[in-house]
Amino acid sequence: MVKGVRFGDFRDVGAPVTTAKIYDAQGADELIFLDIEASTEGRGTIIDVVSKVADECFMPLTAGGGVRSLADFRRLLLAGADKVSINTAAVETPGLITQAAKQFGAQCVVVSIDARAGAGGRPEVHTHAGRRPAGLDPVEWARKAAALGAGEILITSVDREGTREGYDLELTRRVAEAVDVPVIANGGVGSLQHFVDGFIDGKASAVAAASIFHFTDQSVIKSKTFMKQAGIDVRW
Amino acid sequence: MIAVVDYGSGNLHSVTKAFEAIGGEVRIASTAADLEEAERIVLPGVGSFAEGMRNLRQSGLVEALAEQVLVRRKPFLGVCLGMQMLADEGSEDGAHAGLGWIRGRVVAMTPPDRGLKIPHMGWNDVAPSAGAREFFAGLPAKTAFYFAHSYHLIDAAPGSVAATTDYGGAVVAAVRQDNIFATQFHPEKSQHIGLLMLRNFAHWKPAPRPAGGVSA
Repeated sequence: MVKGVRFGDFRDVGAPVTTAKIYDAQGADELIFLDIEASTEGRGTIIDVVSKVADECFMPLTAGGGVRSLADFRRLLLAGADKVSINTAAVETPGLITQAAKQFGAQCVVVSIDARAGAGGRPEVHTHAGRRPAGLDPVEWARKAAALGAGEILITSVDREGTREGYDLELTRRVAEAVDVPVIANGGVGSLQHFVDGFIDGKASAVAAASIFHFTDQSVIKSKTFMKQAGIDVRW
Repeated sequence: MIAVVDYGSGNLHSVTKAFEAIGGEVRIASTAADLEEAERIVLPGVGSFAEGMRNLRQSGLVEALAEQVLVRRKPFLGVCLGMQMLADEGSEDGAHAGLGWIRGRVVAMTPPDRGLKIPHMGWNDVAPSAGAREFFAGLPAKTAFYFAHSYHLIDAAPGSVAATTDYGGAVVAAVRQDNIFATQFHPEKSQHIGLLMLRNFAHWKPAPRPAGGVSA
């Protein structure tokens, strides 16, 4: 398993199953596994990892990376994923969102949106691990994805990803206010306050992070304690 | 032996592994003979009501399930869509008949508070009713389980509601009727709390039906 900065400079952060078990024991509410290079490298999905984690971690799992078809959805769900995240395929074939929602229920269709600054510094949707501009406005795309049947939006600021500078709160809030489905803030958490900001200022339904857990001594337990003390309704 | 019903719509892996984790003997059941051999039956389910019912009917297991659960009265657990399909009718993707084992209809959730997002996704506290204590034995009074759904059961017989959760009003979180127990949430995805509930189910001995009693 690797963790990068702005979808590059990947560093090895250990074995996924071992790491998952630690997060599980610490009371993480959900785990998200993304093989972000899968579309670029033409790789299949991360079924094996999901299956192994699902054998030992009895908690919600979202998986994605290289998902292009209903068959990919089915394989991941059968392996133990509860939700499947689509990104590049959703942009290229928006109808897949609707088909998957019809077949598997909207609750398991997560549309992952990678936004990074495009022309004029405005955030623009990028596919293929943040490399290929899609010519879409993230807020408009989120609205369309939800209308097509997405049950959740995972919004990642590629410019913040791995930097520990905090979420792109404006982007997160604009997306959260544009759709009726839950929005997960992702990309950039470097301090525990950033989680709180994601809920309060970003209006996110859930907050995700990776680097802060991999590269600092902040744990899921400390994060939830901090959020609870800040008045956020976290599961205890 | 606990049979997990395979009808093409289930998250079989997670449910099966969760029962294995608590030491249960589990088998994936895809034939009437499998259900005949089972001591307990679990109906999982992910997806839409229409698709789930279609797959269940195509599996040819509806009659065998009814025989084992309603006649032979084997302890039964439905999870998520596996709970919803027990109802009379579902309105996801058009109106579709359910199994009709539990009174009620499954309709889209429409919380009055526009700030509440749909699907109802994530962990929420579940309040058991008095008749469902045995499934919550050993669990803290305030217990959160994992939910992921956009539709919910309404018009259930009050006596069959085993637990509720609050999402812009009371939402049926579990039902219980005779030897049937079913949850809208996912115990197999609710960490150690969920495994405790599955253990309670694995040890559950439904009371024999009172003489002359008829299930609703």
